[in-house]
Amino acid sequence: IGLAGISSSASAAPEGLEPNTYEEITSYNNYYEFGTGKDDPAKYADALTIEPWTVEIDGMVDKPGAYAFEDILKAMTIEERLYKFRCVEAWSMVIPWNGFELADLLNMAGVQSGAKYVAFETALRPDEMPGVAYPVLDWPYVEGLRLDEAMHPLTIMATGVYGKDILKQNGAPLRLVVPWKYGYKSIKSVVRITLTDTQPPTSWNKANAREYGFYSNVNPTVDHPRWSQATERAIGSGLFSKRIETEMFNGYEEDVAALYAGMDLTKDT
Amino acid sequence: MAHIVDQVNGFVRKVPTWPVYILCVLPVPWLLYLAQTGGLGVEPIRALEHELGQIALQLLIAGLTITPLRRYAGLNLLKFRRCLGLMAFLYVSLHLLVWLVLDIGILSQIWADIIKRPYITIGMAGFLCLIPLAVTSNSYSIRKLGPKWRSLHKLTYLAVILGGVHFIWLVKGFQPEPLLYMAVILGLLALRLPKRRKRQPI
Repeated sequence: IGLAGISSSASAAPEGLEPNTYEEITSYNNYYEFGTGKDDPAKYADALTIEPWTVEIDGMVDKPGAYAFEDILKAMTIEERLYKFRCVEAWSMVIPWNGFELADLLNMAGVQSGAKYVAFETALRPDEMPGVAYPVLDWPYVEGLRLDEAMHPLTIMATGVYGKDILKQNGAPLRLVVPWKYGYKSIKSVVRITLTDTQPPTSWNKANAREYGFYSNVNPTVDHPRWSQATERAIGSGLFSKRIETEMFNGYEEDVAALYAGMDLTKDT
Repeated sequence: MAHIVDQVNGFVRKVPTWPVYILCVLPVPWLLYLAQTGGLGVEPIRALEHELGQIALQLLIAGLTITPLRRYAGLNLLKFRRCLGLMAFLYVSLHLLVWLVLDIGILSQIWADIIKRPYITIGMAGFLCLIPLAVTSNSYSIRKLGPKWRSLHKLTYLAVILGGVHFIWLVKGFQPEPLLYMAVILGLLALRLPKRRKRQPI
């Protein structure tokens, strides 16, 4: 996944984004399978075996099966996407991802007409993941998107950062990135993708439905019950920096607001 | 065992308390140095806030061990209790200050957080409990208040429980660390429950 495979960016990302440093992106992570500390993933994720890696694509698809990661890569076009990443904990980064559109992968498997949702699952390897010894969440980590969200051109499967293979603490070898949603929707180290006609369960929603909705769109006007979402801290801005205002849909409102037309976003959170 | 305890008690009688104050304050410049130089990671504000809060809770818990250590092990560390309490107050104050000034820094949001976010409300309540304790921690107040001083300083129990709940409530998911703190707090408080059988009939 070197730079050679990267074509020009097709994203309509907010203008003037300054990417965070590689060090920042790879040292401050939430990946609870490796521990709840921000530095735990960088410390412990190295134990994860990512070769070989297969992604099971099943459910309402024409060509279900176990897809080898290399075969997926060969069939996809890797692009660079500079995206804002907003965590539900009210911090944000700007990350130059490399990856391909999820729509391309789903089209490769052939989405059947009745499918309405896409479910995702993270690898669960108790021998390699010290964090899963604790019931912080109901393992394995699962996430889900509505099909139109999954097919949106901004939704990518990332395989790299700064033109290098994505590191394990960032979700190697491939992870979802949905830039207008809180970070936990962007599930890491994906081993299963299931097309379904019913809304799939999602890990944080199962853990605390009052605090984490299925959609989890970045929305400064709807607070998390325990903290405000109106502002965020830009990682790397230093000890004396001011918080910045959080934007509706994390700044991608023009691109994605239409997906939620007619919905009450204070209720469908 | 009793011999060792006697030796420790003898040693404790001889050492002054000021080195303990210095020892307890040392992490403050160290943490500030780390925060400035990248030693606390790429998000130093949150790390600083967390470290200060955690040390405060540890000092409050250390203060709670003094009485059971004396009662059950015969170890007399009473002379350090004021220091532990005052240092806990210092760390809670710094924790609050980092949150107010460095973390949020927006007055309207600070106020909204205090009244709307239960874990912050609880943390603030814990801080408020500690204020009268810090103010009356001097020998003059102990003499002046007499038996009332002891009753007043039972507020520590409430403050430390509020601190423990604050910690449990602020983390995401079911995390073991804050629960462990709470278990230790409740265990130390349980040791203080009166044993009914031993009470003298009036």
